[in-house]
Amino acid sequence: MNALVNMRNEQKPIVRMLGITKRFPGVVALNRVSLEVYPGEIHGLVGENGAGKSTLMKVLVGAYQPDEGEIYLDGEKVNFSHPREAQEKGLSIIYQEFNLLPDRTVAENVFLGREPLHRGLVDYRQMNAQTMALLRQLDVHHIIHPEMYIRDLSVAQQQMVEIVRALSLDSRVLVMDEPTSALSETEVEILFNLIRNLTLERGLAVIYISHRLREIFDLTQRITVLKDGSVVATLPTADVTTGDVVRMMVGRELNEYYPPKATPSDVKEVALRVINGANERLNKINFVLRRGEIVGVAGLQGSGRTALAKALFGVEPFTSGKVEVDGKEVRLDSPIDAIRCGIGFLTEDRKREGILPSQSIRDNVLLAFRALRGVLSINYRDGVRGTPNVTELGRRVDLRAPSYETQIRYLSGGNQQKAILARWLASGANILIFDEPTRGIDVSAKAGIHNLLRDLAKSGAAILMISSELPEIIGMSDRILVMHEGRLVTELPAGASETEIMLAATGGRETHFEEEKI
Amino acid sequence: MAEPGSKTRPSKSGFQNNVLIKTVVNTAPIYIVLIVLLLLVRVVNPNFFDPNVFLGFLKRSAPVMILAAGQLFVIATGGFDLSMGAIILMVVLGGALLTNNDPNRTWWSILTLLGLGSIIGFLNGAITSFLRIPSFITTLGMQLVVRGAILLASGGAPSGYLPDNFRVFGRGNILGVGEVQIPWALIVLVIVAAGDIFLMQRSNLGKQILAVGDNPRAAALSGVRVPQVRILAFILSAIAAVIAGILYGGFSGTSRDAGQGYELQAIAAVVLGGARLGGGQGSVPAVMAGALSLQALFTLLNLLGLPKPLRDAVEGLIIIGAATYSAFRSRQSDNS
Amino acid sequence: MRKTKPSVKVNLARLRIIPPAYAILLGIFLVAWLIVELFGTGSFTNPDTLTNILVRSVALGIVAVGQTFAILSGSLDLSVAYLISVTAVMSSFIMQGNSQLVPLALMVVLCIGILVGLINGFIITRLKIHPFIATLSTSLMMKGLLDTGFQNFAGSVPKSFQALAYDGWGPIPYSVLLFLAVAVVGEFILRRTRFGSHVYAVGGNREVARLSGIRTTRILMGVHVLVSLTAVLSGIFIVSRLGSGAPWVGPDGAYDLESIAAVVVGGTALSGGRGNVAGTVAGVLIFGVLDTMFNLLGVGAFLKLVLRGVIIIVAVASYAIRSKHEVA
Repeated sequence: MNALVNMRNEQKPIVRMLGITKRFPGVVALNRVSLEVYPGEIHGLVGENGAGKSTLMKVLVGAYQPDEGEIYLDGEKVNFSHPREAQEKGLSIIYQEFNLLPDRTVAENVFLGREPLHRGLVDYRQMNAQTMALLRQLDVHHIIHPEMYIRDLSVAQQQMVEIVRALSLDSRVLVMDEPTSALSETEVEILFNLIRNLTLERGLAVIYISHRLREIFDLTQRITVLKDGSVVATLPTADVTTGDVVRMMVGRELNEYYPPKATPSDVKEVALRVINGANERLNKINFVLRRGEIVGVAGLQGSGRTALAKALFGVEPFTSGKVEVDGKEVRLDSPIDAIRCGIGFLTEDRKREGILPSQSIRDNVLLAFRALRGVLSINYRDGVRGTPNVTELGRRVDLRAPSYETQIRYLSGGNQQKAILARWLASGANILIFDEPTRGIDVSAKAGIHNLLRDLAKSGAAILMISSELPEIIGMSDRILVMHEGRLVTELPAGASETEIMLAATGGRETHFEEEKI
Repeated sequence: MAEPGSKTRPSKSGFQNNVLIKTVVNTAPIYIVLIVLLLLVRVVNPNFFDPNVFLGFLKRSAPVMILAAGQLFVIATGGFDLSMGAIILMVVLGGALLTNNDPNRTWWSILTLLGLGSIIGFLNGAITSFLRIPSFITTLGMQLVVRGAILLASGGAPSGYLPDNFRVFGRGNILGVGEVQIPWALIVLVIVAAGDIFLMQRSNLGKQILAVGDNPRAAALSGVRVPQVRILAFILSAIAAVIAGILYGGFSGTSRDAGQGYELQAIAAVVLGGARLGGGQGSVPAVMAGALSLQALFTLLNLLGLPKPLRDAVEGLIIIGAATYSAFRSRQSDNS
Repeated sequence: MRKTKPSVKVNLARLRIIPPAYAILLGIFLVAWLIVELFGTGSFTNPDTLTNILVRSVALGIVAVGQTFAILSGSLDLSVAYLISVTAVMSSFIMQGNSQLVPLALMVVLCIGILVGLINGFIITRLKIHPFIATLSTSLMMKGLLDTGFQNFAGSVPKSFQALAYDGWGPIPYSVLLFLAVAVVGEFILRRTRFGSHVYAVGGNREVARLSGIRTTRILMGVHVLVSLTAVLSGIFIVSRLGSGAPWVGPDGAYDLESIAAVVVGGTALSGGRGNVAGTVAGVLIFGVLDTMFNLLGVGAFLKLVLRGVIIIVAVASYAIRSKHEVA
């Protein structure tokens, strides 16, 4: 800490944003926001969705022009009109969604738009060599080769290619917007080491945006909290607690993070039983799920958590073993089979696998119900001939929307998730599988989703909740199943600690983390 | 997502909440275009709104309106159907072959043609879904197959004629109310339009077609049987082409050129009607209005005495103009 | 285990340089050879037949090279058929059998090609209209203007100009050399120039390309000019072969849809971003081999249509079935 303070006395900030105001028609997105970031610093930027984090970063890199305020880069006043100009000045941004071309090679992606030329032609030899040199610097050249195609890379490898691209621009400031949302714990650790090294060795400044406060506390030296377009505070990370930051973000006390657990009398009969389930990715899956309880599924990325959900939902079915629903053996060969058995599945990727963006909320809610009825059936009005009442369902899941005829893409992530939950309630599902139920959802909206899960369980639903956020697993689960390499390795009771879970998730060896490091 | 739209767009936040206004904003352009065109025709031809003249206009427009509505089902799933023109050719030449100048065989022939059309539609959908070929290519291949097959069957030279009770649907009148003659084609058009509107808006199939076009993955994960929905959409499109072919056979002779280029006209009408190429959006009445607008445009250019070739050129210009206008309007409402 | 992976993948990447369409071409060639030897008249492997396959492929091949660029960039061009007609008619109309007017005619048609390409590009990028509708409309406009001016064969090309279609360098016809040159230049542009690299980027993901500082509008304009220029070259070849241009030469050859089919049969993804000219050449030659085989077998024109439709579907299915891309 002292070193940092000393450093700051000597150094000038590399990025200085002063009094930035950005108005959109009808809304002030940023109100006199100031931000300073020093070379070698990792600066956390937190706030709820819509607090203005992304807007602020877009202003910084020139994707938006501020209405008021000034930006200084290394003491020099700048005014970028296109992200490209910012790039040229050493200011790069890695967006939440990847900006890579799957059908081009690593090198082609790294040098996209700036291909080195030799006599007017693209010099692939030099391009590959330079990319290789960069990969070597990051010590990832063992797992990524310049001539590999992006589509053959894992998500984490793609992330590294993004970083390589930022480095190839000689970036002095790197903005990372939710870079870990698709990474496993191991991959996050690799990424963090990379970021730490870059900041220490090269004096790179990193602005790190994340919803995951644990990561912010792990990684950053200072935190800036945004709320409703204004800065609440900028503080040294060491001086605050998670609770303080959450309070600043939502503007009120969130004293109860998680609803109370199920009592023994809440837990009823077995709803779902899997006996020796197996397929290409899963092996010897045995467990029961009872009505009234929430069972958490923990495990590293690639451990088979999502594969388990997909098997239960008939997307990638079990090829052997048995599944019983309410004591009867069932075949789950396609989603519609699962829906008929009363199973519902809320996928982790809401945008790609959940919503129909251009359809109304009503059509989104009724989607699974209609699939169940078949193509030849007629749409009746709500409540007529067994058609679910969308208004009532909306109320039940606390869905807030101007009208149920609004296209769903205009809703916030939390409300979209509620609409999809309503979709499964409409189809009559009472065994619900949630894959990352609160991914990309605001801190304050998270509590709403958590309460909803508990209420559903109380009303007799059986809930399987997959999550990569251990606090969520611990806070919500009545029992915890831990997966490792396609198997359920252990079942832990409600009170299990993070260490216990991680130990099981890494195959029972504490040293596993070290081994995985490349 | 939570970010407001890009900086230059004016606010329409008041609109966003009002479904009625939003609907009007989204679908209005083509109706405005249609009304303007009809009024222009009326200016050039003062008798245009006389019942018989106007009904005659509708009679001539019926085939392309039916085609466009059929094409919409496929476009709404995110595909294209390029086999429509070949199906029309099949109906015209095949109808002559099957009836063989015998009026007693008309009904049987029509049923056979509808059956053949359904098979073609089924194949289009099944090949697209199960072999994972873009429908553009599937239906292009199917176009060649159907055209080749029917020309082969008819020996290349169009033989025979369609019997009068076959042609009556396209050219005849069903009844006269006083001076007013109601054409058969209008009855067919009304029935098909009602059926299409019902299917698109009131049936689960229509909702699932839009769902598949909007996000096939999400639809599949909610239990929608995507291949089944796609296949049904292609069957509806092919049946629409058969019906349009029957009407078309009424006022054209049996010729090797029958139906050529009609699929492109249908796609143009669908786009004019504000449907999105790529799927997930589209309304049957608007698309039919798009087709009617095209037809009104032809009528207008014809009345103005433009030679046929120039009419093509102007048609091209107008399609671009109208598409630009509706693209602009829908961007405006999208970014509210 | 991880450390062994990359080298395997790199080898695979290198293998991808030879498009799988060549396997299909080879297979079809062998089958055609066998069938012709067994049932047909004439020999499939004599030099005349082989040359014939190539010459048959020239007109479609040249324009298909351009179409490859359009499809790779995520666009497509349906106006090439009428641009071919416009070129054929305008060049023979201007030449009027006079060899001194050849340069003028070529200048004019090349300018027309550039203009049409710019118009297509403008409508697609500035008016933001789907390329299908945009190029369909420009196609209609060209058809209208052409049919207004010309109803039949117009003018003629000088005898010397017909050398392009009928003479050759040794046994190799000039037209085949032209096709090869266009294909080689096309592949070279895609592989070695920035423009080519950016064509892939724009077709792969336009937003990513834009954020990387690529001027996507310019790339698309360039692509459409390029397609139009290849259509002009095809038109020039056709008029030198026919001796005179008529308005129906383009649409009769169905160069719009056939060129798209050849590109896709050659393994280029209709959605853009993946594929190459080499594959397109194979796609075109597949059509050429089949045509020649059908002729030697005496298959009628209508059956040829049917078979061609089937082959398009089967060829595309053979790659599509292995990929996991969602299509519609």
